[in-house]
Amino acid sequence: MRIVIGEGSCGVAAGAAKVRSAIESLLNGSEKFTLGSTGCNGMCYLEPIIDIYDGKELVKRLVKVSPDDAENIIKAVNENDFSYVENIVITPEDEEFLNRQTRIALRHCGLIDPESIDDYRNTDGYQALEKVLKTMTPEQVIEEIKISGLAGRGGAGFPTWFKWNAARQSVSETKYLICNADEGDPGAFMDRALIESDPHSLIEGMLIGAYAIGASEMIVYVRAEYPLAIIHLEKAIEQAKAANLLGKNILGTDFSCEMRIKAGAGAFVCGEETALIESLEGKRGMPRLKPPFPAQKGYMDEPSNINNVETFANVAWILNNGGEAFAAMGTENSKGTKVFALTGKIKKGGLVEIPMGKTLRDVIYGIGAGIRDDKKFKAVQMGGPSGGCIPEELLDTVIDYKALAATGAIMGSGGMVVMDESTCMVGMAKFFLDFTALESCGKCVHCRIGTERMQEILTRIVKGEGKEGDIELLEELCEAIKDGALCGLGQTAPNPVLTTIRYFRNEYEAHINDKKCPAKECVDLLTYSIDKDKCIGCTLCSKKCPANAITGELKKPHEINPELCIRCDQCRKSCRFGAISVE
Amino acid sequence: MCKCQGPKSDFSLLEPVLAKYGDSSSNLITILQKAQDIYGYLPKDVMYYIAEKIGVTPADIVGVATFYSQFRLTPIGKYLIMSCQGTACHVNGSERVSAAISEYLGIGNGETTEDGLFTLENVACLGCCSLAPVIMINGEAYGNLTPDSAVSVLKEIREKEGK
Repeated sequence: MRIVIGEGSCGVAAGAAKVRSAIESLLNGSEKFTLGSTGCNGMCYLEPIIDIYDGKELVKRLVKVSPDDAENIIKAVNENDFSYVENIVITPEDEEFLNRQTRIALRHCGLIDPESIDDYRNTDGYQALEKVLKTMTPEQVIEEIKISGLAGRGGAGFPTWFKWNAARQSVSETKYLICNADEGDPGAFMDRALIESDPHSLIEGMLIGAYAIGASEMIVYVRAEYPLAIIHLEKAIEQAKAANLLGKNILGTDFSCEMRIKAGAGAFVCGEETALIESLEGKRGMPRLKPPFPAQKGYMDEPSNINNVETFANVAWILNNGGEAFAAMGTENSKGTKVFALTGKIKKGGLVEIPMGKTLRDVIYGIGAGIRDDKKFKAVQMGGPSGGCIPEELLDTVIDYKALAATGAIMGSGGMVVMDESTCMVGMAKFFLDFTALESCGKCVHCRIGTERMQEILTRIVKGEGKEGDIELLEELCEAIKDGALCGLGQTAPNPVLTTIRYFRNEYEAHINDKKCPAKECVDLLTYSIDKDKCIGCTLCSKKCPANAITGELKKPHEINPELCIRCDQCRKSCRFGAISVE
Repeated sequence: MCKCQGPKSDFSLLEPVLAKYGDSSSNLITILQKAQDIYGYLPKDVMYYIAEKIGVTPADIVGVATFYSQFRLTPIGKYLIMSCQGTACHVNGSERVSAAISEYLGIGNGETTEDGLFTLENVACLGCCSLAPVIMINGEAYGNLTPDSAVSVLKEIREKEGK
């Protein structure tokens, strides 16, 4: 038997490393099992997770494991009696989280040891590469990708074959294939999990792409905030080199290709492909004017092609199973599957891969099991700072590039942040504007100054200083920034504001006209008061109040002076009689 | 040459980095990352030294160093607290967590405590969204925090350090 611990970085953050050391400290050499490691299977809400295998068969999946369970786990496996660990075996309802998914990009995640090339090869690893190099022309590869309908998973949804073909057509001795792993959208972690859990599928997908366009060098631009992903990828590159899968005359063919990693240094705009190229060249990551497109003049002025991690992770599967099998899934204009990072106020958060064409409701309620604490759903944010908030009445929108764009949001790279009734939508818009204003590279006036002006207006509104006409002014600024910005960051920065105005205008109006925050989140707009009938005059709240805003005699109802109140919520939290309310 | 006053940095530590990456200015970001690993931040004289060695202007270096959020121009404390401000953390109350940390330590974003123990940095998404809200201290993640539990993590570190 094998005990396999999920040790992706969120598993580790949830305590997987402590579980491992607890188990290791109890080993004495007489065990009937080995200890193994795997990446993230995407059930983040159940971490740390341990899978127990007998040969290739998964015998038990244990969830929310704590170091205290170590002894029982060892007993259970040694004695083949799982009653010891009954309390941590995954429930049938939780198993549905994975059962309802279709996994292509994530096909190996959580199943193989990411640090073992043999594990990868024992699935179907590097078979597609061998087939491509030995039996297909680059044009045939591009044709197969065209049939599959694969489109850029970074968010824009541009057809992958078209980019590959453009780079193929460019004539040059040196061409580059670049992987954009600068996953900057706050709330998205698909690419991190993919590289951490299955680095060889990225390498294989990239090699096939490099062969197709005729590149001799591949570069992966990874966020510096993803140290484990970098370690696993470095190791995988070394293994691939040793196995003649990278370097000169790969698998004995004429095809030679090198690969290296470049760690990013923390700039959201570097997710834009020309800014990423500038950054690769060691400069400030500021977008270039297009044309020339990277396919003509990219990194070091040579033809370059840039794709996202998830895009590459699909490539080997497509070549193994045929483009038609991939195209059989999805809708008319969005083929295959898409990975989402489901987070926020959701019961079951984690990585979800489903065929295009499913609805948002399928993901949020079918897989994510709905809203935490059974609160009311308010909106789902897709596409990060470039995307928008989709309200409840549009939950039956299908996952499809066009259908999502019609809502004002975008497919995006896969961030799906769920919000409940306690999230203020004006606050949400401000949150994203704070982000884009900070991350604007400063090249274009509209983006640099426009986002700051919008940020100022939104700050005013959440502080209760909004004025009549602010909504219209915001809308006008949004249009100007969309028209005036050079790159995607600026052009899409208004989306969070526009979608919240479109679907939650009443919240903006409540802030501006009534000076109220319906979600009770904007601190400056809250009023605390004490219910005279419930207060017994225990004085606890007045002792807790750091602003001396609460007065009253012992055993008599107290009062809050709104002038002095700093809305720190200490009184409400300390009251044992539920006498303090917020409006 | 850098004309700044004060103690000089030990440039010999940089030699292996420059030997490996110094041949092209396209490696500038990598060089600065390695330099920051060595010195803990980017001292001014180090930036001048790198400029001279790889043949770019000091302004180019400062331009890059101030563009990317990873680079620091001042020393940091023994414990670097990265407070995640990602979307999932935001909707789960990261602002209150950050505010509680700021209040407890008496420092704002980007600042270091007087005793040199803690530096607080608000960062973009750390990618542990399912554990939101999250802080990371010297690489170790603490998740599902409340303002109180975040402060108790720091209290424990203070006790451990005898401060």
